[in-house]
Amino acid sequence: MATHDFAAQETHAHAAPQGFIRKWVFSLDHKVIGLQYYFLALAAVFVGMFLSLLMRIHLVAPTAVLPFLGDIKPETYLMLVTMHGTIMVFFVLTTAPQGGFGNYFLPIQIGAPDMAFPVLNMLSFWTTFLGFIVMLAAFFVAGGAPLHGWTGYAPLSALQSAGPGEGLGADLWIISIAIFCIGALMGALNFITTTLDMRAKGMTMMRMPLTVWAWFVTAILGLLAFGVLLSAGILLLMDRNLGTSFFVPLVTINGQLTGHKGGSPLLWQHLFWFFGHPEVYIAILPAMGMCSQLLSVFSRKPIFGYKAMVYAILAIGFLGFMVWGHHMFMSGMSPYTAFAFSIMTMGIGVPSAIKTFNWLGTLMRGRIRFTSPMLFAIGFVSLFVSGGISGPFLAQPVLDIQLHDTYFVPGHFHLIMGVASIFGIFAATYYWFPKMFGRMMNESMARWHFWFSFIGTYAIFMPMHYLGMAGMPRRYSQMTEVAYLFHLIPLQKFITYAAFVTIAGQLIFVVNLFWSMFKGKKASDNPWEATTLEWTTATPPPHDNFGGHTPVVHNGPYEYNVPGAPRDYVMQTDPEIKPAH
Amino acid sequence: MATFTTTATVDDPRISLGDDGSGPGLPDYATRLRRARLGLLVALTPVLMLFVSFSSAYVVRQGLPTLDPRTNALVRDWIPITLPRLLLINTGVLILSSVFMELARRQVKGQAALASATSAPGVSAADQKRIPCLSMTLVLGLVFLFGQWAAWKQLAANGFYVATTPSSSFIYLLTGTHAIHLMGGVLALFVAGIASLLHRSPATRSIVVDVTAWYWHFMAGLWIYILCLLEFAS
Repeated sequence: MATHDFAAQETHAHAAPQGFIRKWVFSLDHKVIGLQYYFLALAAVFVGMFLSLLMRIHLVAPTAVLPFLGDIKPETYLMLVTMHGTIMVFFVLTTAPQGGFGNYFLPIQIGAPDMAFPVLNMLSFWTTFLGFIVMLAAFFVAGGAPLHGWTGYAPLSALQSAGPGEGLGADLWIISIAIFCIGALMGALNFITTTLDMRAKGMTMMRMPLTVWAWFVTAILGLLAFGVLLSAGILLLMDRNLGTSFFVPLVTINGQLTGHKGGSPLLWQHLFWFFGHPEVYIAILPAMGMCSQLLSVFSRKPIFGYKAMVYAILAIGFLGFMVWGHHMFMSGMSPYTAFAFSIMTMGIGVPSAIKTFNWLGTLMRGRIRFTSPMLFAIGFVSLFVSGGISGPFLAQPVLDIQLHDTYFVPGHFHLIMGVASIFGIFAATYYWFPKMFGRMMNESMARWHFWFSFIGTYAIFMPMHYLGMAGMPRRYSQMTEVAYLFHLIPLQKFITYAAFVTIAGQLIFVVNLFWSMFKGKKASDNPWEATTLEWTTATPPPHDNFGGHTPVVHNGPYEYNVPGAPRDYVMQTDPEIKPAH
Repeated sequence: MATFTTTATVDDPRISLGDDGSGPGLPDYATRLRRARLGLLVALTPVLMLFVSFSSAYVVRQGLPTLDPRTNALVRDWIPITLPRLLLINTGVLILSSVFMELARRQVKGQAALASATSAPGVSAADQKRIPCLSMTLVLGLVFLFGQWAAWKQLAANGFYVATTPSSSFIYLLTGTHAIHLMGGVLALFVAGIASLLHRSPATRSIVVDVTAWYWHFMAGLWIYILCLLEFAS
């Protein structure tokens, strides 16, 4: 029996560009834009890592004089903290998984020729790029970059005279984030419209790969969260430059009244964290989607509980907006309010646990292929559990008051939000590199990279939990002279050495990435024997993704090891699988 | 052995490319319109969140006491401001512009349908009437913006600047942010006008005008909300 299905016509909205500028710089092609986002994030991550190395050196040798940089003053240390956090959160963790891989693969995975609004897509990248340039510019203006932390707490961030870096540098920091918000909103608009309106025939919502679900929900979170951050940024700029008092109370600097009165620093915290907590999920949800995808592909099994995974993503996204107050237990909020936020926060443990157990269920009795993407996906699960398990600790106000301003918190959030998400990016890179560049990455180098990263990550961030429990406060620049912390200095040194080794290990990745682009083994169209739509098209995909064809979808995204099938996977475009009788 | 065809080519005669002036390679008019409207609906969400956020800040800030350094007592620094009457006139102008915008939307939509119906060979739909309703909307939009600026001048003449009191800060903030968003609508009207002058396809023009109209109506509704907030929650 032959099956003939014809899709509604849906061809590419713009012709293939000619010339370098139109093809690679101001491109409308979602694949090129995805690569642009990816390489922007790659540049940003090296800036962020360099800043973190300076911080680590300073923490163990505060009087060291560094070549070209001199000594690091306490205010410089705070500047490093601020810029490291900001660059990593916005220009790496938000940019690569969503802007990079989401842009490249969401349209292909739903069978669309491009994003819904290609021009807007191009603008969203260049807006983000501009935001990054403005952020970097803060380093080079008088006073340098700001020192108010990535959370920008008022009144420190709201007063030009609050310290070095709080002048023009802080203005540039706020403007950069505002620009980033606008870029992210344009991106989210495209992701949502494309997912809702451009799916191929047969690609029902419940046949979408979990990566698409994750990008889709992440876009919704961005849509609701970035507008609020933008509003907070506008108010902050007005406080700083127009003399208003939204966030600044009656405050003196060196005995002098500032002229502000009546504002509420807590108002900033509420607005910021209303964005800030969903931002955690904006960073981690795409990695969850990628991890789900890869565990299924390389276990050669359907994902365990597809529907439960979808509902868990939705639940995490929804609950993400209900828990911002758990970042503010130290602010003196009512214990009743804190209790409500605490309960809601622990509630997120339920969908998170559903996802974790489903990942384990997927692995169980699978015919596991330990490829490099799979190693990073398993590493993601490990980090997600290790970093996540301390979440319910911090969700309890009485424990949080003890731990909040200690190294326990950086240990927690780096594992779960930072490195887990980075592992998702690595896994996705190794997995989709063959499709993007037509060549395979070197597997040996990839494995070395994995072990350096996996062991290194735990060596850096697990000891931070112990530092925190032992009372080592965070954010302070010079703790080597504090008597009650003397015995923790060796542990701090160990973390610094581990950071050096781990970051050195990342060079393996960079070498592999660029070497493989040109010298890697030629990849077939479907080297991993996966089922989703990107593996049905040529490698690399043509300009319109499917070479003038529109795929028609008959199956779910994770049909592996299907009884009676001629091979151990059934592509989404293969004839519909009939249930076995 | 069964063979399977799982894709369709656009060359297939059974697949219509449609002919609505969209040009080859573009989806048909209905798809483009639906997509544009969906995009607008999504785009309005962060705008809404922006003003929700401002509103919440407004309510919170209004209730906060501040410390008086002379008496060391907590006092209120929120001074209620009588809004300039000009804002009511501006409101009328904006509502009127919204009416013209809706008339323009229906007019252009009708022209697009006509163009689609007369796309047979030998029948030209290029001879379109100019659209006075769009021009009226544009003029009234600019009058509204000028009126808002005049209202700012009145506030300043009464001694209320942006940093005078939190209530005046919010008046400038909310009216200013709304005006910037309305300027986006004015820009879109210019685009629609240029599309008309350049004889773009009626479908393209219709889509631009349609989404601009919904955006314009949203801006009008938003302004009425802002005015109520400033008037009744001060």
